[in-house]
Amino acid sequence: MDLDEGDILECDVLVVGGGPLGSTAARFAAKNCSGRVIVIEKRQEIGSPVRCAEGISLTWFDELEIEKSEHFINKKVLGAKLYSPSGDYMTIGKEMAGDEVGAVVERDTFDKEMAVLAGREGVDYILKASAVDVIEKSGVIKGVKARKMGNNFEIHADLVIGADGFESQIGRWAGLYAALPPEDIMSCFQYRMTNIDIDADYTHFFLGSDAPGGYIWIFPKDKDSANVGIGIQLSKLDGSNSPKEYLDNFIKKNDWLNQGQEIDMVSGGVSVSSPPDRVTRDGLMLVGDASRIVDPITGGGIANGMKQAKIAGEVAAEAIELKDTSEKFLQKYEKRWRKRLENKLWRNYMAKEKAVQLEDEEFDMIIDALSDEDIDEMSTEAILVAVGEKYPELVESFKDML
Amino acid sequence: MSLEINHDRCMHCGACVGSCPQNSLFLRELILEVDDSCVECGICVRACPIEALELKGD
Repeated sequence: MDLDEGDILECDVLVVGGGPLGSTAARFAAKNCSGRVIVIEKRQEIGSPVRCAEGISLTWFDELEIEKSEHFINKKVLGAKLYSPSGDYMTIGKEMAGDEVGAVVERDTFDKEMAVLAGREGVDYILKASAVDVIEKSGVIKGVKARKMGNNFEIHADLVIGADGFESQIGRWAGLYAALPPEDIMSCFQYRMTNIDIDADYTHFFLGSDAPGGYIWIFPKDKDSANVGIGIQLSKLDGSNSPKEYLDNFIKKNDWLNQGQEIDMVSGGVSVSSPPDRVTRDGLMLVGDASRIVDPITGGGIANGMKQAKIAGEVAAEAIELKDTSEKFLQKYEKRWRKRLENKLWRNYMAKEKAVQLEDEEFDMIIDALSDEDIDEMSTEAILVAVGEKYPELVESFKDML
Repeated sequence: MSLEINHDRCMHCGACVGSCPQNSLFLRELILEVDDSCVECGICVRACPIEALELKGD
């Protein structure tokens, strides 16, 4: 779509951000109402560049009406292995791992597929177009000012959905939340590596001081290729080493990695915060990373976000049909997504607050305690009970979580 | 002090944008910009996974 300087477009629902959640919110909005739905995306290509470790669960695909296509699934995995700093490990089976393992995907292909599904419902995309401000009249969000290939234009909408990711401007321009503290931000870097020696049936997580406040992940793409990445809590970065340098050091010291080749680089920020009090205003909803929906323990955002985006799309459609996009009406969205996700987000946020304080010796004790346990469910409670049986002093400070 | 963006290193990932307490950084596809609301706090410098940002003294 070409746009000239000063153009004004009108639509019912405007989604800012063409990631998978933006496309999904747009798809369910278009599917359930007769209004016009537009997505604007700042990049020229949906899904690129990838900013994801690409390990996802497949449990929510049916609910989201998505086929498990081989177009974007590289490899299904049996489970996850968690490694302590001393090299001991525990295995989590597929049925125990909750929402964060299951398959490793090509996110750029997946994101495009989500746009295809939205396109089939009549959603229009405007590419290479950045939102530069929200349009607000008498306290109501009425659309956005945007810029495409040098031309400034406006899109007026009855409802704006901010799906603009970790760096969300929409939420901040609309005054919905304050900046994140460094304790709630992970700085991440990843290589896709090939010709490495891995157990490709599992995802692998390395805990401890190799990745302060976070972890190193190996997510297999095929038998000898994987995403090899790191996330470090921003408050633990003192400027002497960047996440890239931490990851380079880890690769260098492991012979099963350091013979391989790097064929891709990814960087990004991830929020690991408690859920915000409010993600709606008159005429506005936020979804996904923009609403800080990332699981604070795993750093995974897709599973939570996709479920939330479907709810956002359905409520958006209802709001358009009933001609009521007030914050009061949009409480339907707040209530539904919070009921679905908020308890777990809070619980895992509190678990993260404790986990980031653990020393290497404590990680060694935890993995040691769990490596010969048969845990039915990979929950915080189950872990604490199992660790407490062997090392009661270690779970003492976590007692309030049980 | 001023914030210097090394455009040769920048991977346009937005880690700095989301970390900025002042909302002073903007990512317009493949261009990272800083506006004059920047207070040189340096959080973005630490947040950058690949050392593309630097605070330089006057």
